[in-house]
Amino acid sequence: MTGPAIEIEGLTKDYPVGFWLAKKKRSLDNLTMQVERGEVFGFLGPNGAGKTTTLKLLVGLIFPTAGTARILGQPVSDVGMHREIGYLPEQPYFYDYLTAYEVLDYFARFHDLTAAERRARVEGLLKKVGLETAGKIQLRKYSKGMLQRVGLAQAIVHNPQVVILDEPMSGLDPVGRREVRDIILELKRDGRTVLFSTHILSDAEMLCDRVGVIAGGTLRGVGAPGEIVGLKAKGMEILFELAGGSGGAAIAAQATQTGNRYRIQVPEEELFGALEQLRGAGARILAVAQVKATLEDYFLELVGAEGAQGAAVEVSGR
Amino acid sequence: MKHAGIVAWNTFREAVRDRVLYNLVFFALLMIAAAVLVGQISIGIEEVVIVSLGLTAISVIGLLMAVFIGVGLVYKEMDKRTLYALLAKPVHRWEFLLGKFGGLLLTLTVNTAAMAAGLFGAMLLVQPALKAADLCVLIAVYFILLKLAIVVALALLFSCFTTPLLAILFTTGLYVTGVFAQQIRGFGNITGSRTLDAVAVWFSYLLPNFENFNVIAAAAHRRAIPGALVLQNTAYAVIYCAIVLAAASVIFSRRNLK
Amino acid sequence: MISRKPIAVLLLVVLPAGFAAVWGLQKSLDRQLAAVRQERDELVLRSGRLVNVLSLEYGTFLADVYWTRTVQYYGEKRVRQEANFDLLAPLLDLTTTLDPHLVVAYRFGAVFLAEPAPRGAGRPEQAVELIQRGIANNPEQWRLWQDLGFIYYWELRDYPKASQAFLEGSKRPGADEWMKVLAAKVAEEGRSRGVSMFLWAQIHDSTKDPLIRKNALNHLQLLKAEEDRERLDELVQQFVQRFQRMPQTLEELVSAGLLRGKAVDPQGYPYVLGADGKSRLHPKSPLAGEHVGNSAAR
Ligand SMILES: Nc1ncnc2c1ncn2[C@@H]1O[C@H](COP(=O)(O)OP(=O)(O)O)[C@@H](O)[C@H]1O
Ligand SMILES: [Mg+2]
Repeated sequence: MTGPAIEIEGLTKDYPVGFWLAKKKRSLDNLTMQVERGEVFGFLGPNGAGKTTTLKLLVGLIFPTAGTARILGQPVSDVGMHREIGYLPEQPYFYDYLTAYEVLDYFARFHDLTAAERRARVEGLLKKVGLETAGKIQLRKYSKGMLQRVGLAQAIVHNPQVVILDEPMSGLDPVGRREVRDIILELKRDGRTVLFSTHILSDAEMLCDRVGVIAGGTLRGVGAPGEIVGLKAKGMEILFELAGGSGGAAIAAQATQTGNRYRIQVPEEELFGALEQLRGAGARILAVAQVKATLEDYFLELVGAEGAQGAAVEVSGR
Repeated sequence: MKHAGIVAWNTFREAVRDRVLYNLVFFALLMIAAAVLVGQISIGIEEVVIVSLGLTAISVIGLLMAVFIGVGLVYKEMDKRTLYALLAKPVHRWEFLLGKFGGLLLTLTVNTAAMAAGLFGAMLLVQPALKAADLCVLIAVYFILLKLAIVVALALLFSCFTTPLLAILFTTGLYVTGVFAQQIRGFGNITGSRTLDAVAVWFSYLLPNFENFNVIAAAAHRRAIPGALVLQNTAYAVIYCAIVLAAASVIFSRRNLK
Repeated sequence: MISRKPIAVLLLVVLPAGFAAVWGLQKSLDRQLAAVRQERDELVLRSGRLVNVLSLEYGTFLADVYWTRTVQYYGEKRVRQEANFDLLAPLLDLTTTLDPHLVVAYRFGAVFLAEPAPRGAGRPEQAVELIQRGIANNPEQWRLWQDLGFIYYWELRDYPKASQAFLEGSKRPGADEWMKVLAAKVAEEGRSRGVSMFLWAQIHDSTKDPLIRKNALNHLQLLKAEEDRERLDELVQQFVQRFQRMPQTLEELVSAGLLRGKAVDPQGYPYVLGADGKSRLHPKSPLAGEHVGNSAAR
């Protein structure tokens, strides 16, 4: 099979708002992107950026105002295609009168598995997500993190080709996050395609082949994390101490102070001049280090200008 | 279809685990009390009273369950977002609806069957043995079940696009109107205007006519119920449910889940 | 984009075909059910007081429901020409227990419980009981005294009691003057056509209930026809005296100048002359065959 795993073209979603639902609010604007087969793609963006909207459109929970999307070459309106996808909703919630085992078994029944296969898969998955002991407890007694694990398990219970995860790490403790990372990497090793959304950058940086940054409903950039980060040279950081009472150097005013230690960032080419200046002011240089640009910087730079919060675009009702 | 069955079974399991069937205890107590009381105060008509009382109770309890559980069937899954993971499976939305319908119907069937058993038990307290004529009581119970099926379908339809409270109002409203459909037809002269009356009568044929299923009086007096009526009522309920569920499926399939 | 096809299929195929089937089934179901329900007259709860307890604060509303049911019950029986009105008394009893101030229900009972079949249940003593309860609950309603007097007068033919009831009613505030006159007249003369007509006219004019009005009108027409026929019989006697023979038809009375025009009953049908020389109602007249009920002896 060839072709990308997920193709999104001009996908747009307006939500009706207001009492009469007459006004429209654009939550996703003309999104075009592709996720290749076998890659782990991170969908990055602040809260309200339109990540969940996109993923729900892909799974057919909501319907687009305009545009199309295909998964494995099939239009997303084709429910049969769901055999090949797994989906973890944001803040998943399941029938709380069932046990984790029963929920997984229930979902597995919608796929063509024999009873024995189902049993094996469910038990294996419970172990994998660290719930083998809690498997017989009703979900009403589960914590948020445990539900998240159940959600992840049900998303992959049928060994899908494409796994779509909405904020898979949220609500998890460090151990849990680590386990989820391992699962994602394992899926990748198995040749599965993973598309997951997150607003936590380190996760994306660590796992993704490529990331797409979205804010205010529009895609702001796509690329490998390293590629995006490499574009920016961030300069040097100097850590210094000022002896008490020495005449306040002009340069110290720009630095961040912790106790009597100061920290300042300067472009690489100005490093020398700055050091001269500091020494002249009687500062004791403690360390000089290169600052590595992170995805976070990139992210903030892209998004920051327009204000990262609640950046959905209003369009007037038709 | 297989998928609808899976959903139905889970819906039934939910009802059982949520202790919905506890109402049976109430019904059993009511029947025992009624049997004792009726035996005390009325001579000669115990068998009539116990059946009309029992069937009425079966109908009322069933209606309450059908309406109150029915309106929550879809809404609850949307509200709690349990539906998200499910619809990401290869399940059509109409399969989900059909499953929900089937699940509640199964619950109601089990419930009604248990209540009917209780009723027959109470009958045995006031009459020496069951007779062949008592079969009509069983038919009356079956008719109640048919009626409940239509009520569930309506509740499901409304819960696809409104809140539970409104859905309860709509469903009960339509139920009451449906019961009165018979009267509208019987009167003939409602508004005084000929055309308006014709429209009203015409319209009354489209409403679900719940009086069709009311043979409690006949059953109480052990009057035979013709087989043709059983067949036609079954066909009526099946067709009506199919119409309502088809409409519900179309509406629900176009719905954006919040 | 969502496909519009399912909507089209629903609107153009499923709904029309489905409702057509429902329509057809309903027609034949109506027939089936009519057979099953033939004698469905029954009341599960006959005790008004019990219903009152069970109905909580909705008693008044429930009374209206039962009132509707009562009228319907009576109407259906009349249409089907069934003479047994067994449930009329319990229904009225329920209605008035649930809402003791529903005056029209007492008045309805006064007429239709008291009247003999096929107009009513033929239970005047139950009607008296009902009205007396109505009077106890609604002492300000002098019309109920009128109705009580009417039952004594019309059905029970107990003129002293009738007179007494009219007199009692005349003492109620707002009672019309004629009540006193009526009391005296009935005490003196007993039954007379004038009083009968007057009473039926009063019943007709003092209520909006269509069944009561229609019944009263019918009685008035019968009384009028009775009066007409008595007058015609006198004319026939005059004819015999003048011509020494029986007239063949009533038209002969006209040509003889005894009668100004064709004599017709209140329904517009001409009276006919019987072989015995007595005038009759036209056999096609709706009034024919109805019992007049005013004759002093029954
Ligand atoms: N059902 C809805 N009705 C109206 N607006 C919505 C709805 N769902 C989401 N939105 C809006 O769409 C925007 C994008 O939301 P979402 O996709 O959930 O963001 P993210 O997942 O990136 O945090 C937000 O501004 C949100 O308020
Ligand atoms: Mg989100």
